Amino acid sequence: MIQIQNLSKSFHKNQVLSSLDLEISQPGVFAVLGPNGSGKTTLIKCILGMVIPDSGQIRYQGASITNEWKYRAAISYLPQIARFPENLTVNELLQMIRDIRDQAARAEEIIHLFGIEPWLNSRLGTLSGGTRQKVNLVLAFMYDNPVIIMDEPTAGLDPVALIRLKDLIQAERQKGKIILVTTHVMNFVEEMANEIVFLLDGRIRFRGELAALKRRCGEPTLERAIAKLLQGECLEAGPAAGKTAAENPDKGFFQPKTEIPCSRY
Amino acid sequence: MLKILKYSLSDMMRSRWIYIYTLFYLLLTTALFWLSPDLSKVIISLMNIILVLSPLIAALFSTLYFQQSREFTELLLAQPVRRSSIFWGQYFGVALSMSLSLLTGLGVPFLFYGLLVSGEIWNFLVLLFAGIILSLIFSGLAYYIALKTENKIKGFSLTILLWLFFAVIYDGLFLLILVLFNDYPLDKFALGASLFNPINLARVLILLKLDISALMGYTGAVFQQFLGSAPGMSIAVASLLVWAALPVWGIRRVAMKKDF
Repeated sequence: MIQIQNLSKSFHKNQVLSSLDLEISQPGVFAVLGPNGSGKTTLIKCILGMVIPDSGQIRYQGASITNEWKYRAAISYLPQIARFPENLTVNELLQMIRDIRDQAARAEEIIHLFGIEPWLNSRLGTLSGGTRQKVNLVLAFMYDNPVIIMDEPTAGLDPVALIRLKDLIQAERQKGKIILVTTHVMNFVEEMANEIVFLLDGRIRFRGELAALKRRCGEPTLERAIAKLLQGECLEAGPAAGKTAAENPDKGFFQPKTEIPCSRY
Repeated sequence: MLKILKYSLSDMMRSRWIYIYTLFYLLLTTALFWLSPDLSKVIISLMNIILVLSPLIAALFSTLYFQQSREFTELLLAQPVRRSSIFWGQYFGVALSMSLSLLTGLGVPFLFYGLLVSGEIWNFLVLLFAGIILSLIFSGLAYYIALKTENKIKGFSLTILLWLFFAVIYDGLFLLILVLFNDYPLDKFALGASLFNPINLARVLILLKLDISALMGYTGAVFQQFLGSAPGMSIAVASLLVWAALPVWGIRRVAMKKDF
């Protein structure tokens, strides 16, 4: 369904993605992991056409997405930071998106699920971070689209909302959808993900099932296995696989490369 | 694009400033009518204000709107909508609301003071056209600058500088050249140079229509002398339309490449 070939992108001098290849052909939940600044959000935004890659190809159902826009009707997107027009109310925002997308929606069901009825007539600027994220989730889940892309969906959610979100993702997976999630919460990955896509320095350095990752790293828990990956151990051989984090101390987990300005996100 | 335009327009209509701007023109025009009920005198007085003020206000509104609607833009970019539709829709939303302000602010008092029964209707329409096309041009240029610059303050300063250049500095440079090269024939140069300033073009257009040689200035006189009133006006209108089309094309070009 989604094929990415040789994707490269740099912001000024900062190479965020370098010759990345990824193919997702079967449904399931794919957790995109990696340290801050490893290019997760940029990868997602490239798929959505919000960031224009320097080179490389992205195909959706065999057709290139360059300068295309219709394919976005098949993708639900949950952005990392819920940034909405501040002076609209929740209802006006939902109405606007429904008007623009013009697809069958089940907004009421999701609104009820996350319990945001009391805020429907409040301005988005006055909402708390968690409530904004719930509105964000309504926008992402109200359409029955074959692809769902979520950037940090758990941010700011209370435990009840988190459980509802997990149930919702399970239900969508049952329908045979492709669900792409970035997160830093390892419990969430362990519980939800079918496959892990590990990004480091703009390349995919591991791709496979959770069990395979644990076996490869010889660690009993996912958290420890990921920590090993982040330290540059047990990575898949790649063009730069010879270099470990020890040789590249500035590219380790705790010292990310130059920060990308927030406006880029 | 029409859906985006609808939302941008309704967004602009929520802003208190657009009403203050309309009210300003309403009061100004009414006040000028109190001073002299002669329609053509009011048109001339308004001309000088509109030529300077409408580009400035349009540019400022456009920059502020783009900078404040960044969230809205990001939300739209993830929807199945053409990129060019998003940015054109927003630009036309701003430009249209500025034009509506002008239309109401000038139109209502003129109608009230008997525009339709006077012989001034065409002169008034030319004045209105000049105001609207200047609003379109300068909101387009400002929108283009806002798209191009990541830094808000830088974008804002560039926009104000652009207005200052066309409204004030350009004429100063023009005069300076005329004085320095006094001994050479500068008619063709003056003709050419005036095409590169939309505010000048609008002024020449109105003065040619009103046929007031005393106010025409050097460029106006050259226009009339070389081209005659009617061809001169056609060229002025054509150049203004080119000026209005340029930013629309530029917005598309930048929008297709920009990352969010």
